[in-house]
Amino acid sequence: MPSNNFGFSDLRNISCFVSWVSFRHNRRAGMWLMGTRPAQFKKLTIIMSTSTQTNDKRNRLILKLKGFLPTTCILLQDQELVPYECDGLSAYRQRPMLVVLPENVDQVVQVLQVCSETGVPVVARGAGTGLSGGALPLEDGVLLVLAKFNQILELDPMRRIARVQPGVRNLAISEAADPHALYYAPDPSSQIACSIGGNVAENSGGVHCLKYGLTVHNVLQLKIVTIDGELLTIGSEGLDSPGYDLLAVLNGSEGMLGVVVEVTVKLLPKPEHTSLVLAAFDDIEAAGAAVGGVISAGIIPAGLEMMDNFAIRATEDFAQCGYPVDSAAILLCEVDGTEADVSAQISKIESVMTLHGATEVRVAQDEAERLLFWKGRKMAFPAMGRISPDYYCIDGTIPRSQLPMVLRKMNQWSKQFDLRVANVFHAGDGNLHPLILFDANKPGELERTEDFAAKILDLCVEVGGTITGEHGVGIEKINQMCSQFNREEISQFHALKHAFDPAGLLNPGKAIPTLQRCAEYGAMHVHNGKLPFPELERF
Amino acid sequence: MQNHDQSRQLQEQLQRCFSHKSAVVVRGGGSKDFYGRQQSADLEPFDVSAHRGIVNYEPTELIITARAGTPINEISRVLAEAGQCLPFDPPELGGVATVGGTLACGFSGPSRPYAGSARDYILGAHVLNGKGEYLRVGGEVMKNVAGYDVSRLMVGAIGTLGVILQASLKVLPSAEKETTLIFHFERDSALDFMNDLAGRPLPVNASCFYGDLVFVRLSGTEAGIDSAYRSLGGERLPSTDKIWSSLREFEHPFFQSDLPLWRISLPALAKPELPGEVFIDWGGAQWWLHSDADADEIRIATERCGGHATLFRGGDRTSEVFHPLPPAMQAMQERIRASFDPERILNPGRLTSER
Repeated sequence: MPSNNFGFSDLRNISCFVSWVSFRHNRRAGMWLMGTRPAQFKKLTIIMSTSTQTNDKRNRLILKLKGFLPTTCILLQDQELVPYECDGLSAYRQRPMLVVLPENVDQVVQVLQVCSETGVPVVARGAGTGLSGGALPLEDGVLLVLAKFNQILELDPMRRIARVQPGVRNLAISEAADPHALYYAPDPSSQIACSIGGNVAENSGGVHCLKYGLTVHNVLQLKIVTIDGELLTIGSEGLDSPGYDLLAVLNGSEGMLGVVVEVTVKLLPKPEHTSLVLAAFDDIEAAGAAVGGVISAGIIPAGLEMMDNFAIRATEDFAQCGYPVDSAAILLCEVDGTEADVSAQISKIESVMTLHGATEVRVAQDEAERLLFWKGRKMAFPAMGRISPDYYCIDGTIPRSQLPMVLRKMNQWSKQFDLRVANVFHAGDGNLHPLILFDANKPGELERTEDFAAKILDLCVEVGGTITGEHGVGIEKINQMCSQFNREEISQFHALKHAFDPAGLLNPGKAIPTLQRCAEYGAMHVHNGKLPFPELERF
Repeated sequence: MQNHDQSRQLQEQLQRCFSHKSAVVVRGGGSKDFYGRQQSADLEPFDVSAHRGIVNYEPTELIITARAGTPINEISRVLAEAGQCLPFDPPELGGVATVGGTLACGFSGPSRPYAGSARDYILGAHVLNGKGEYLRVGGEVMKNVAGYDVSRLMVGAIGTLGVILQASLKVLPSAEKETTLIFHFERDSALDFMNDLAGRPLPVNASCFYGDLVFVRLSGTEAGIDSAYRSLGGERLPSTDKIWSSLREFEHPFFQSDLPLWRISLPALAKPELPGEVFIDWGGAQWWLHSDADADEIRIATERCGGHATLFRGGDRTSEVFHPLPPAMQAMQERIRASFDPERILNPGRLTSER
């Protein structure tokens, strides 16, 4: 198994830049909203509300919590709260009213009961690596941190399942399964740090999701606590369960429906063999077409990544991994399976690449070379950080056939806006992460970046794609939800949340915008061909 | 291929039903009329079968979008022309099964434990909720985390949360080659053997046990299958044998019994003692049982192993045919249903009795 991941420090680096720009975005949205910006958008320093009413409420809550939580599990002081004021989207900061760190399920149940009775909102938090502000605290809310739920409760190689607490790190599951030649398939970039509970909340993917699916495809059972303090078991150790498929809605629900206190995941046998092809192209559209060519040849790669010339040069300078620096684009195409399967597929891939005009096709000769080829891809983000003061990473998904067109447009706009854009993305499943490089200290450059980024996201929706492929909506893209969904759809989402959380106390203000917010944002879904590309289906 | 867009008529009909609070029976090809609880005979039919046709299919996208009334075998034929398939292997039921009905019932074939289920392959849908509102949920791309995953929630809800009008499904390339191996085992060792296979990196795509034989389907490249065969041994089944299609289509002689047919869903390595003849599919995770034993007896034996039992076909269909849920979960599910269908007009009584 490759681990095509950035180091955690790199991830923090990315999120820092991403969120900074996003914050500017929302500042602008805030201006459009003309003062209706909710409290969590305020960049607070140390201002706690001093009103007597709020203090009374807080004191009553603390008293109740102290009834069943050790004092070490309740954080109240400013200096204790500071580390929790943001998640991976670090430009959004809000100090919570208080933080609780329960140690067992019973305490979680009681925390939620108390919050429910007193009408205090609750935001659940795992490792805090999320990139869309899903775990951003609320000024008048409790931040429920599940960091102490860090035990693997059971790992059975015979049944190929792991039953774990939500605070267990994604990678720790695969590490624990490794002696049994098993692993947990979803591998988000942050897997070294992110927790499985957070993966469920975000329905995390990873480099291998085209072949092995997202979190929703790999979780068998959840135990959740509802806002009323009811412990529910969702799913089963079997392949299905009676009633509605609530695993489907819990995965990716961004902490809006319940608090996950236990996760049972399925483990897969590690592939016998893995091999990697590096193909270079002197035309980026040819590389895009080759991606379709691989699929047409009947191959589902374990990973299929693309980098353009700019990204290639930057990473080669940084990581010296032997990339062909004069190429317009490279594809990294990995296949896994039995040795016989892999070698049959590798020779097919070689001929597909050549057929699509690859100027060079290299098959990694051994494990060391395979890891070297991956090294550049893994180092792409830090490499960008070295050559540009700031960059903005975009997370949209498009139909794969639109890849050449979208790439062409981005290159046109790059010239038009006079901003460099590096393309490093999951080409196999159409998930784009274009990086716009800019210097925030140059007047006007940030604004141009914002316009450029907005055009790219618009284009993603216009060609039938989505505003977020894997980073989630959180607070970051809450306004863009109004562009992707209409009034009825958003109302249905709210009704579904209401079934779980009638008082709206779980992570309020995230993931699904209020209709009022959308009306003010002024971007409600327009039907009957009033949007650009009216012939395209929209969801 | 027939291509009709009836979404406007269907939406108008449902809006009318909503305003009159008159309940409907949602129906596609009718191939699964036997499934679920028996409903009141005086409900208005809501026929989706004429709403059909493939809306979008671009093989390199690995996504097909089709209207609900499109027959599964028509989809499979179009996919096969491009060398692709529906990996969850749904039953075609004489060519009558439709996309909408297959998803609503959540039917998957023998490949399910290895390739995934119907709910695993849905990417997005157009749905009418119980207020007759037209909802576009999910999308036509592989990765999409905007909004709750409502399209996946529709799978297996038997139309009680919404009427699926159109669905986008992930498709995959068909395997270059398939071969079935047979092995002789008695039941308990057969279950161990199938479980062991699932834990090894082999191109296994289906495994079942009936009589004293384990059938294992390998699927992949020719070279991959040959090497797996060398390591597994067993006898090769002639390619003319119809074991998998007869199992998927309920045409195997086992299914000819007149006794009620139960579907028992179980965790890995469960070995319940069940009162009747069984056919074990899904590598041990799905048992078919012909039995006229008391429902409670079957459910208790199943529950003891961590599974659930569905009265799949025949028997008393006025009672609960699906495994009863714990009260807190049942209450939650009813609230969810009310959020989609506040007047309970969509297939009332089909999933659980109306209280």
